[in-house]
This record gives sequence, C-alpha cells and structure tokens, in this order.
Amino acid sequence: MGFFDRLKQGLTKTRDKIVQGFRAVLPIGKAIDAQVLDDLEQTMLAADMGPAIVHELLEQIRSQWKKGLIKETQEIVPFLQQKLIERFPVEDRQIRWAATKPTVILVTGVNGSGKTTSIAKLAHHLTHVEQKKVLVAACDTFRAAAVEQLTIWADRIGVPIVKHDQGSDPAAVAFDACEAALARGIDVVIVDTAGRLHTQDHLMRELAKIQRVIDKKIPGAPHEVLLVLDATIGQNAVNQAKIFGQFVKVSGLFLAKLDGSAKGGVVIGIRDQLGVPVKFVGLGETPDAIAPFDPAQFVTALLEN
Amino acid sequence: MFDQLADKLGNVFRNLRGRGRLTEEHVTEALRDIRTALLEADVSVEVARNFCDQVGTKAIGQEILNTLKPEQVMVKVVHDELVALMGPVDPRIPFVSPGPTILMLAGLQGSGKTTTCAKLAKHIISKGKRPMLVAADLKRPAAIDQLEVLGKQLSIPVYTERGHQDAVKVCRNSISQARRMDRDVVILDTAGRLAIDEEMMAEVAKVADVTQPHQIYLVIDAMTGQDAVNTAKSFNTRLELDGVILTKFDSDTRGGAALTVKTITGKPIKFIGIGEKIDNLEPFHPDRIASRILGMGDVLTLVEQAQQQFDQDEAAKLQKKMAKGALTMEDFLDQFRKVQKMGSIKSLMKMIPGMGGLADMEIDENEIKRMEAIILSMTRKERHDPDLIDSSRRRRIARGAGVDPQEVSGLVKQFTQMRDMMKSMSGLSMMNRMKALSQLGQAAASGQMNLRKMKGSTSAPARRVSSKDKRKERKKHRR
Repeated sequence: MGFFDRLKQGLTKTRDKIVQGFRAVLPIGKAIDAQVLDDLEQTMLAADMGPAIVHELLEQIRSQWKKGLIKETQEIVPFLQQKLIERFPVEDRQIRWAATKPTVILVTGVNGSGKTTSIAKLAHHLTHVEQKKVLVAACDTFRAAAVEQLTIWADRIGVPIVKHDQGSDPAAVAFDACEAALARGIDVVIVDTAGRLHTQDHLMRELAKIQRVIDKKIPGAPHEVLLVLDATIGQNAVNQAKIFGQFVKVSGLFLAKLDGSAKGGVVIGIRDQLGVPVKFVGLGETPDAIAPFDPAQFVTALLEN
Repeated sequence: MFDQLADKLGNVFRNLRGRGRLTEEHVTEALRDIRTALLEADVSVEVARNFCDQVGTKAIGQEILNTLKPEQVMVKVVHDELVALMGPVDPRIPFVSPGPTILMLAGLQGSGKTTTCAKLAKHIISKGKRPMLVAADLKRPAAIDQLEVLGKQLSIPVYTERGHQDAVKVCRNSISQARRMDRDVVILDTAGRLAIDEEMMAEVAKVADVTQPHQIYLVIDAMTGQDAVNTAKSFNTRLELDGVILTKFDSDTRGGAALTVKTITGKPIKFIGIGEKIDNLEPFHPDRIASRILGMGDVLTLVEQAQQQFDQDEAAKLQKKMAKGALTMEDFLDQFRKVQKMGSIKSLMKMIPGMGGLADMEIDENEIKRMEAIILSMTRKERHDPDLIDSSRRRRIARGAGVDPQEVSGLVKQFTQMRDMMKSMSGLSMMNRMKALSQLGQAAASGQMNLRKMKGSTSAPARRVSSKDKRKERKKHRR
C-alpha cells in the first residue's frame, strides 16, 4: 500500500467526521447566509483550528460572499482548501540531511505525546524506505522502563541502540551515541528524550544541554529537531512549540495519533505563528504507520470526500 | 494554566468598568470575549456556547442592571457558573468491605494512566490501605516493566502475566491473587486505546464486565483539545464511569478540558496530576481553578507548593541563623534554589492576587543563574565567610563564574546587607519588622538591591581591599 493510500486510509475516519460536519453545514446549492457561516465556524472550531484562524478564514469567506464571488455553499470548500494549502508551502518538509553523515535527529515532546512509538516509526521509515543505516539513542533515562520500551522497538526493527542505565545523564548517552555513529559509519542517529512539560524550566535546560553536547561531538548537529505532538492536543500546542523552540532548534513537527477522532487542526496555527512545518504524521500503532506530511493531502482529506 | 483566560476576562471586565449600569449590549459584548477566551482555552464549542447562554441569562437581569458595580457582579456570575460547571467534587474513594476494592483506569494512549496508577496507589497507601497494581496494558512495549518499577518504588506487589495478550484473563486472575495475598485494593492499569477503536473499546468493556470494578476512572490529559468531547462521550458510553482524573495540570494549559469533561460525562473530577513525582496527585478544586480563571490568584496552591519545598525544621534552623547573623552564602543560594524549584518566578507571580498583570513583566532568570555561578565559584570557606574575599579572590571567582569582578563585589555587598538586615530584624516586634521590610522594599525599588544594576554600577565600585583591611573588617563584624 502506498503512502498516499495509507494517509488516506488513516485520515478516512477523521475525514468522514469532518466531511459529515461540513456536508451537514454545506448542503449543495444552498445560498450562503449568516446561519451557514455560523455552522461553518462551529465545525472549524471543533477541528482544533483555534478561534483566531477560524475568525480570519471566516472573514475571508464573508468578504468573498459580500463581493458576490462566492454565492453558494459548495463554493466554500474549494475556497477554504486553497486558503489552507497556502498556509503550508511546499518548502522544507524534507528531512534536513547532514552534508557528511551522520544526520542527527533529536526527538522531543511532552509526556505521553508518543515520542518513543514515533521514533520506532521514524527508524522503520528511514531504514526501509530511505535505505539508511539508523542508530537510536535511549536518552529517556528518567521514566521507568522507557529504555526497555525503546530497546524492544529497536530489536523489532533491527536497528542498533545506545543506552545507559535508568537515571544516568541523558546528555552522556547522546554523546556516546554520536561517537558510536561516527565509529560505525551510521547514516542517521535518532535521539529519544524523556517527555517533559515545557513549563518545567530545569528539564528544558536539560534538553538544551543534550543539544549542546550533540553539537560539540558533531558540529551542526542535531540537524533536525522534531517536536512530537499528540493529535488530540488543543491550543496549548502553540505554547509548547514556542517554548520548546526557545530551548532547542525545533525544525519540524511529528503529528502522532492522527488515526483517532482528533483532527490536529492546531498545526495550522503553529505553522502560521512559528513557521514550524509538519514533517511526518503517525497513523497507527505499527512501526510502518507513518507517512511524510503532505499538506495538500492533509487538507483535502480534512475537507473533501 | 488558565492564565490567558484570566487575562482575557480581565480585559472584558476592564472594559465594563466605569460604565455605570450594565446594559444588555455590554453583557453581550463581554460574553463574546468570554466565549473566545473559553475556546482558546480548549473548552468544547458546545460547552462554551451553553456556558455563555447560562451566564447571559443570569447577567442580563435585575441583579446586574440595578447594581452600581456591574463588573463585580459579572465576575461573580462567571465565577459561580464556572464552579457550578466543574463541581461538585468528591475526592474520596469508596472502599468496600470485605475487599478487595477494585479500581480501574482507562483512557487514550499517553494520557498518563500508568503514572496515575502509581500516584493513586501512593494516595491509597496513605489512607492505610494495601493496594496491588495490575499490569493489564499488554499492548505497549515495556508497559509491564514500567509498572513493576513503580511498584518497587512503592513497595507494593504488581500482578503480571507475561507472554500472552488476554487482558481480560490477566485482570480476572489478578483479583483472586489479591485475595490470596490479602491486598484490599486492586488497581487495574489498562492499555491506552483510541475511542474509535471498536475492538479495543470492546476489550475494556469486557474487562469491566468480568471484574466488576467498584470505581472506574477516566484518565484525560488536561491539554486535550476539542477531542475531549469525543473521548469523554465514548468512554462514558462504554463504561460505567465513576470519575475523571485529569493529568499534566502542571503544564500551562488553560485546561478547558476540565470544563468539557465534567459537562459531558456528568462525573466528578476526582484528582488532578500535577507533576512527574509519585506524590504529585491532588484533589480537584473547582473554586480554585475558577478563581485562577478570573485572575484572583491561586494562593492556596502557592502555599502548598511552598510548604512542600521548605520543610519546617529547616525553616526553624534558618530562622536561628538569621537571628545570629550567621547566614552563609550557601543558605542564600539554597533559598533561591528552593524558590526556583517551586516553579518559574513568572508562574509564581501569576498565583499571587493582584500580581497576575505583572506576569507579563520580563523577569530575567539568567540573573539568578549568574548569581548561582558566582556563589558556586567560591570556596566553601568563602561562602561561609564572604568577608574573606579580597581583590585577588574576587578576580578568581569572577573568572570562574564568567562575570566581571564588580558583579562579585555587588553580590557580596547585597548579601551582607541582607544578612545584617535579617539580624537586626529578628530582634524586632512584628510591627517594626513590617516597617523594616517596607524599607527593604524601598531600597530594592531605588535600585540598591537590584542585581541587574550591579554590572557597571558606579555606586558600588570595585574596591581594592587588602587582606589586612579585610581582617579588620571581619573583626569589627564579629563584635
């Protein structure tokens, strides 16, 4: 199954809901009126798109409607699609490969966002699709059994893992992983980190230290810092992305758990306000349930049947 | 959490201030902003609308129109409505006799079930019970290991069955095991599942059916967005929920999920998780949260946090030291670190009534870091007796901390001032102490105590002091 299909399949449930929502709001051939716009607003808000962006989009629709450029409900969807696709330009959704290997990808996020599973998916994708030699670094030395969890995934996927004991210094693990990668000719190092709330200043500083240590061993690394977001997250995700970005150079989002009923609409606001694009989406619990983010498909799947 | 919502409502009420009587128009205007604030706080669209309708009905009426201070009444109406929406709560866990009392936790992946199981167990132990944990999450790799580690930390047994995938069987067996081991509470840690995953939802319903838990709690991430509605609805349909536990409330989420989940399920929010440590579980207080929403400050939480960090004995010791003027640089640093541990200075400010607006003020926590670096660059001897520090020592310390020597002398000066002030204050009555404090405040305001001003300050030039002078100085001080 191609990735397009996978994404489509993963998003079907999400899409059905949204389309149901939009369909109910936007029956074909109905003239636009205040009630239609009101319902549209509710539907967009329920997708976690956030009041500011919803307001902005609605104003655009309203002005088009008043100018007579949009008259009937079925014209709203293509208009919205175009507007949303504009917000996700095609640029830099590729992984930022290092000029000389290894490329280091630092993976961060709040507790329970799905970092470890997302890393397993990333490792699987890079190994089997991109044909890279991958190594994972178990830098979540805090949570009970986090190292074991990553070890199990590494064994399943068949990639080497660098780990220390629980409670050891995560920066030291990262350092060793970089050293091992250089020695073994590894292409990509994926660094797992402990989940931390962006409000925990000392943990954020610890994260910055991990980044510093990696940079010391491999100048310019990490080349990619992915923030893993749970698709169910609300508007707090914008704050999260902002504060994580103050401590480490967040270069992309990994939108996890998009196979549920959540829509992840907050990524639109994050792209808008912080310029951080979505790079990958996670669509299930198996390691191959990953797809590179494609805004056109994302938006199409969100809004169209 | 809730900070920006409080700001928003503050703006709304500021707009209402000084307008005399409230008209329907004013209320409508306020409600529009309240609704936006609620939506930004991730309150579900439906719930936000109902909330505004209720507040509107109550606000546009005699009560408001006839009063001279409309914003106060409006605050009260909104506050009461928020409390009504999130309460009432009941943090008690009804234990059955004879045991075991069976508790079951369910929720989405990553909501924090496993950690919450341990926190709940700790809470239950403090009630004099003997809980047992059951690893019924057979899906996530190493979930069993995680629970076992937590069980070890709590010194309580963890029931596990490795090597198969039948959670129903594990749970059933665990209960007979609990009876054999004479454990009076069983906590079932089920796997995380998506609300739309039919198969997994059927499994959790089956576990509930077979084990007949006395209490079923839904665990929800406080940062959840609009999807909280779907999660609450589906779990509430499939399981006989008795309550909700909201996790990760120590984030800065505005926590609209609290409002949503309570409205949708009608089940009380029993506890909130407020940290990664095993005892970071506390009862939910809707009035506190509502107060915080309205910018009235959450003083109780602040006091509790402070109590956690400063233990009583230590405080008494410190008091004695202060009285003797024997405060050392180490005590000084220790105090700052404790304050830091309570949270960022910013987040603390938000909890103090009347200080909410100051929270936007930029506080450079780097200054504290510099100070820490300076103190840590001193020898132990220097920390105990800063008067030792002469120009050569000062240069060494400055080099070690990566600061200018003036900053070192500024800090030492500040420390001595504080120590002397403390000493003189401890002999004073409460009344005089307050006076002294206000002087201290004025000094700070005039910049004498300002760390930022230390650098390049002309009022405290780097004075070259010979060690002989220093010795003299010290002698004087001891007298």
